[in-house]
Amino acid sequence: MSPEYRRERLDRGIKVRSEDVFVLAGWSELLYRAGPRLTATVLLLVFPLLRPWTGDYWQTVFLVALAMMLAAVSWAFLENVGLVSLGHSLFFGTGGYLTALAALELRVPALVAVLLGALSGSLACALLLAPVLRLRGVYFSLVTFALPLLLSRIIEATKILGGTEGLVGVPGLGSLAARQYLLVMALLATVFGLQRLLDSDYGLVLHAIRDNDVGVRASGIPVGRWKLAATALGSLPASLAGGVLATHYHVVGMSAFALDYSVLPLTAAVLGGPGTMAGVAVGAALLVPLSEVLRAFGTLRVVVYCVLLVLALVAVPEGLFSLARRRYHQFERWVPV
Amino acid sequence: MTEVLSVLLYGLVQAAILLLVALGFSVTFGLSGIPNFAHGGVYILSGFVCWYLLRQLAWPHLLAAAGGVAVAAVVGVLLYWLVIRPVRRLVLAEVIATFAAGVAMLELFRWMGLVTYDFNLPPVVAGSVTLGEVTVDAHRLAVVAAAAGLGLLLWWFGRATRTGLALRAMAQEEYTALSLGVREDVVATVSVALGSALAAVAAVLVLPLGLISINLGYDAMLVALAVTVVGGTERTAGLVLAALLLGMTTVAASVVLGPHWSEVIYLAAIVAVLAVRPSGILGRLKELEERV
Repeated sequence: MSPEYRRERLDRGIKVRSEDVFVLAGWSELLYRAGPRLTATVLLLVFPLLRPWTGDYWQTVFLVALAMMLAAVSWAFLENVGLVSLGHSLFFGTGGYLTALAALELRVPALVAVLLGALSGSLACALLLAPVLRLRGVYFSLVTFALPLLLSRIIEATKILGGTEGLVGVPGLGSLAARQYLLVMALLATVFGLQRLLDSDYGLVLHAIRDNDVGVRASGIPVGRWKLAATALGSLPASLAGGVLATHYHVVGMSAFALDYSVLPLTAAVLGGPGTMAGVAVGAALLVPLSEVLRAFGTLRVVVYCVLLVLALVAVPEGLFSLARRRYHQFERWVPV
Repeated sequence: MTEVLSVLLYGLVQAAILLLVALGFSVTFGLSGIPNFAHGGVYILSGFVCWYLLRQLAWPHLLAAAGGVAVAAVVGVLLYWLVIRPVRRLVLAEVIATFAAGVAMLELFRWMGLVTYDFNLPPVVAGSVTLGEVTVDAHRLAVVAAAAGLGLLLWWFGRATRTGLALRAMAQEEYTALSLGVREDVVATVSVALGSALAAVAAVLVLPLGLISINLGYDAMLVALAVTVVGGTERTAGLVLAALLLGMTTVAASVVLGPHWSEVIYLAAIVAVLAVRPSGILGRLKELEERV
């Protein structure tokens, strides 16, 4: 009779040493801890310098990828508070429009306009969502699905904000490299900052609101105010991304509220693993180049996202990033039962 | 006077359209709690199937319509087993998965280039009727009749057939229903298939009023959401009332303010009702607990 085997999963020795022992005993352990995030950071910082080799096209793709990574991280942060948005283009479009308004009406420099647009965009979104923040689960998603559509229809109907043609002539923000580095900095700050926030006591409350808001309320914490603050914070990255892309394209129109900007962050987050900020960014970093490769197929891209989304939900519910992280920290072997 | 009458009449027609489009989504959601965001996709899919059977294969109108409904029901069953079942009970994953499936269908059609003027369906009944001083085409009246008929049929189905009773039992007292031998997968499959078939019925009746266009799928989704949220899911009467309310307001708004405003009304209604009275206009407390 052949012996039966089972799969055993063990932490690597180096993980145990470098996590449980608080002193890192040498370069190898230091690199083990910092290696992955350092590699990612260096890659992000170096890519704009490779322009002579990659050509302008892929540099623009990089910029769009950065914007989408920010939008996806913003989606995942809100998901961690239990606010699942089906219309993330709301944040993206509001940021874009307000940046354009700041640049065109107030005539402030582009950088100030972007920052102003991002801040006022996140505040505006938080105020817009304030009446519906108390809704749970699906019902919040329903409203967020409707809101970007509502805004674009209102713009179409009232012809405010340039109507169907949008706001044209938004001044550019420095060179392409300047825009890229602005977004790289924002991305690094967002990914590591928000992750740290979620791991802190503040994040504990946010997770508790997602898991059992009645319990949190019973503990004397004003859930509504916390959700409002989280929404303002969470919509900031997407709003900034929308603003930077508006200065890049020199125009912002109703397409800023389009479905693409809602589906892509969602897919990126589910593909990468919505639990961690870095995973979501990795998901977006994989998706955007893929979508560029598929550009020739027009709207078939959206179909590909959607199919990927369903496959990821069904087959890899923890996300690719969590899978990779497990492989990094643990190894598996077959042992006889 | 003529204007008021025409707003009332076309408001009634609009209400019937809204009710038809929303019934499928609402039935699925109310019976098994599955938020089927692929509703708009199935709606347009069945429209195209009906078009193909009618125009390309030259089937008789009634048969082609029945074909569209049957295909939609099969798609509903597939949707449940392939997309919804693996993530069943994870409500937000259900939303995301069905949303993705719906968008995939619609954008696939867009990519296939099904967006020209060739894609239209003939009216079910030709001719027009003059009531007072307002002229309405017979097809619109047929839509009103069909909406009323379907509403009554569903009401009867839920109360007089074993399947209908089992579905309602699952919605009301899940554990008791399970202990009495109601099978969960069967109930959920039936509810999704029924919802999809109703979407197809709506498509066959409503799409002849214009061209079949992809964006109508997203609009259908929006309409379904608006009516379901405003009416609440537990009572058909709530749906009818919500459809009447929204239908009258949108027609009045498009006459007074201009055609673009009608869609703003749906969205404003969703947001307002969820913010002010989350259980819907005729809903009761049980739902309030789930929503807020």
